[in-house]
Amino acid sequence: MKHLLLAATLSLTASAALACETVTLGDLSVEHGWSKVTIGAGRPGVFYVSISNVGATDDALVGISTPAAGMPMLHETVVKDGVASMPHAMSIPVPAGQSVQLSPGGYHGMLMGLTAALKEGDSFPVTLSFEKAGEVTVNVEVLSLRAEGPDCADAGQ
Amino acid sequence: MLGVGAYRTRSRPALGAVLPVPISEMTWQLTDEKNQRVRPADWIDRPVMVFFGFTWCPDVCPTTLSDISLWLEELGAEADRLIVALISVDPERDTPDALAAYVGNFDPRILGLTGTADEVARAASEFRVTYRRVDKDDGDYTMDHTAGVFLFYPDGRFASIIDFHDDRRFAVPKIRRTLS
Repeated sequence: MKHLLLAATLSLTASAALACETVTLGDLSVEHGWSKVTIGAGRPGVFYVSISNVGATDDALVGISTPAAGMPMLHETVVKDGVASMPHAMSIPVPAGQSVQLSPGGYHGMLMGLTAALKEGDSFPVTLSFEKAGEVTVNVEVLSLRAEGPDCADAGQ
Repeated sequence: MLGVGAYRTRSRPALGAVLPVPISEMTWQLTDEKNQRVRPADWIDRPVMVFFGFTWCPDVCPTTLSDISLWLEELGAEADRLIVALISVDPERDTPDALAAYVGNFDPRILGLTGTADEVARAASEFRVTYRRVDKDDGDYTMDHTAGVFLFYPDGRFASIIDFHDDRRFAVPKIRRTLS
């Protein structure tokens, strides 16, 4: 019992740390990459992340790729007259001096053509392509369908 | 049956296309995730919270169901009489089994309802919900749909809508008002 508890604690700590990693690329820093469990591989997965731009030049996220999905795309949830739709986002602005969240109910990556179902505790890499800064890869942690985001000590919103 | 029909005809023009019909005047029939048939009459004398969505939905639906689960947790036993249902706008893919696998990830009080295309269309029209299939290039499709959460008093009257982007602090009091 004690061992089980200890193991559970360790894995929680380890996974929280993964999603909380910050990766930098020039003036951009990318962190809190997370996803949600999928039921089977037929349904699309989701990808959320935080990007901040401490530089003086505007940039934009123009694409994502991952070995976990055949067709990852950027989308935005838009609610107009009470009706939600998810148009494809060609480009997500990352203005100078600002941060942008891909988060529930807003911009998100939609991972279509999953190679396998996403299970809680799994992780997979996602490469983000920026218009100016180039490419950077982050580790994405799979959280439960009920999760609202990774539990990072510095995640204060 | 005749009485119900007459009632519907009378109330339809006055309500227009804005407010949902009172539960007591609804006529839909759907199937829940345990393959049981469900009718509005089953919900009489219970407060009701309904959300339309689909299980292939990556963002809005799990986010809403996570929110609903948190609201239910905050309300605790107070919400035990509340009927909480996700009605699928994608009956082609959302079989009762698909719904069971999905709603099982959230608060156990949340039911999943589906039906034939016509059954879902009738329920949506009575809730004044719109939905639309959006085909994608690869033959796959997604659904646009009304994203609000509908609340009804125990007597079936429509109470309010919790909009998708409403602050959670306003949601729980809205639900609480339907419980007493």
